[in-house]
Amino acid sequence: MSRRSATLAVAVTLALGLPACGGDSGPPTLTWYINPDAGGQAEIADRCSEQAAGEYRIETSLLPREASAQREQLARRLAAEDSSIDLISMDPPFIPEFAEAGFLADIPDDVAEAVTENVVQSAIDGATWKDELVAVPFWANTQLLWYRKSVAEAAGLDPANEPVTWQQLIDAAAQQDKYLGVQGIRAEALTVWINALVASAGGEVLTNPEAPVEDVELGLQSEAGRQAAGIIGTIARQGLGGPGFSNEDENASMLQFQGENGSFMVNWPFVWAATLAGVEEGTLDQSLIDDIGWAQYPSMVEGEPSRPPYGGINLGIGAFSEHVDLAMDAAQCIVSVENQAYYMVSNGNPASNTEAYEDPDVQETFPMADLIRESLEQAGPRPKTPYYNEVSTGLQNTWHPPSSVRPDSTPQEAATFITEVLQGERLL
Amino acid sequence: MTTTPVPDIAAEQAEVPASVSERARAERRLGWWLAGPAFVVMLLVTAYPIAQAFYESLFQYRLTDPEAREFIGLSNYGVVLTDGVWWSAVGVTVLITVITVAVEAVLGFALALVMHRALRALRPLLRTVILVPYAIITVVSAFAWFYAFDISTGFVNSWFGWLPGISADTNWFGEFGTSVTVIIASEIWKTTPFISLLLLAGLAQVPDDLQEAAKVDGATWWQRMYKVTIPNMKAAVMVALLFRTLDAFRIFDNVFIMTQGANNTEVVSFLAYRQTISRLEIGLGSAVSVLLFLCVVLISFTFIKLFKVDLASARGER
Repeated sequence: MSRRSATLAVAVTLALGLPACGGDSGPPTLTWYINPDAGGQAEIADRCSEQAAGEYRIETSLLPREASAQREQLARRLAAEDSSIDLISMDPPFIPEFAEAGFLADIPDDVAEAVTENVVQSAIDGATWKDELVAVPFWANTQLLWYRKSVAEAAGLDPANEPVTWQQLIDAAAQQDKYLGVQGIRAEALTVWINALVASAGGEVLTNPEAPVEDVELGLQSEAGRQAAGIIGTIARQGLGGPGFSNEDENASMLQFQGENGSFMVNWPFVWAATLAGVEEGTLDQSLIDDIGWAQYPSMVEGEPSRPPYGGINLGIGAFSEHVDLAMDAAQCIVSVENQAYYMVSNGNPASNTEAYEDPDVQETFPMADLIRESLEQAGPRPKTPYYNEVSTGLQNTWHPPSSVRPDSTPQEAATFITEVLQGERLL
Repeated sequence: MTTTPVPDIAAEQAEVPASVSERARAERRLGWWLAGPAFVVMLLVTAYPIAQAFYESLFQYRLTDPEAREFIGLSNYGVVLTDGVWWSAVGVTVLITVITVAVEAVLGFALALVMHRALRALRPLLRTVILVPYAIITVVSAFAWFYAFDISTGFVNSWFGWLPGISADTNWFGEFGTSVTVIIASEIWKTTPFISLLLLAGLAQVPDDLQEAAKVDGATWWQRMYKVTIPNMKAAVMVALLFRTLDAFRIFDNVFIMTQGANNTEVVSFLAYRQTISRLEIGLGSAVSVLLFLCVVLISFTFIKLFKVDLASARGER
């Protein structure tokens, strides 16, 4: 069966005139499926091809913009044992699903050791499934609290020096009649927020994520889940998220934050690069830059540190690739400290390797580089489960619209709903 | 169009079943030879996938876990049909279908009349203009409408702020009523040209001499419309409604782009997409798809039996 389909695949490839891997001319070509960025991954691919000195050549292939759509495309192709997938830029939440399905090649111990040296803990956790490193940490993302210094000052807060709580932010925004920058859209951004709130309050969305699907238990029906629901519901019902709160994503939050109603915002570091670019283009005022401050992600409990969101991209090596060894080499080249520093400066995506933060260019472009690194050390992952899509969509369906979120009922409803979906008793 | 008498072969054959002439048999054979390839292709591209979907729907089967595939009979259908999510999606789909088809029928008829009456010189230009929305890819038109109404990038709130109920802070995609209104409006804008073209063909079939006779008898414009025009193009109207209803019931793109199913705007196709493509639950998703298919069959059946739509007569064959 597999030999026949392989023959057929070769025949089709030849008939279509596509470049066959490892053809007669030139070195073997590795295909790296990348998420859309500002061109940084393509540049890194070129650099590594050059460094390989004829051993291999890396070609990039673009995935859809949305992480969920990237997963859909990759899962279908990997389920069909697509051998053209050598390297994959993967959103961490989907790594357990791919690892469990056998879509990712095993990473040898020596490689695993090399690629985790000096890497922030959250990125190592994000690339690990069942105590095995299954992907190579590339860049790691985390959210910070961004604030307008003028608003914070008027409200008597100094987030950079004294960590603030969500309750303080709510009170400050209400008192100053401003909007908070939070993501209420029914999309992955909402899951990120819910998870960070629950984790910061000391809880977990799933208590035993590695258990077989029929035994998975949810931890939302806890005090932490209640508190998280309280924060989201209050912000929505008091109108503190702004008029477009229920479909506000990260970009919309940033635009609102840059406007006259901006006050505090939780968001990824891309907002800094985007705001600088806006000033350069003349669409934003220079005074805005001077008014923006940054601090650790807000906490739920006063005096206790928060667990900021963790994101980014890790590199998977396709299990059906014809050049697994070369792909391992290529992955190590891609995540080198120089490349991570280059990627951070040019594309605004934070490095997972702490050494990259010593780079003078990084320090110059990101005055908050050290804060990002600290935040990454504390960041908490989203539920690590092969059924992540069900859990995330289940959360989004039950915690949206945000104005309907009630501490006494929503976490319980979400837990029941997600459990039933996982047991195959409900549609999603 | 004047109707020319066509010898009704099928009727002739039915009348003389016993002694089928050599010639009739040869014609029948030729008919099969001509239609056969198309028939085989249809079987391959429609019957086979439908059968495959039905087969898959009997299994618990997740694409990322093929080893755990298990035959579970009709329980996927049980899960779907006892779930409120399914019925709410059916309700929303029916609502969108009924409103869009009703509005489009009226609007499309008006546009067809305009095209029919337009000066010969203007007619090609007019048809082109009316057809433009239909020529736009649905995803593109959905994005255009989405960005127009979006609270941060849209122009609708600032252009129509003077209307009661619309202000700079109107969040169109924030609740069910407004979301569905935008979805329906976009759908109507996009597909009214389709229905109006079908109706235009129907209008062209109404004999002019009947119109003139009614005029001579002193019938008003309305009377001619109700007594002459519409009865004479009933078949075309029904075919137009049938095609559009089937189309509207399978709505996907607008919902997918604009709300992703938020605020209870989930429709049946979207539900099938989410189970099959997002969850990779091939079995459950196939069950939803089969049920969607059955809904479409039911709609066609109702139209054809209840309203006695005659597809052949709409093409002027009878």
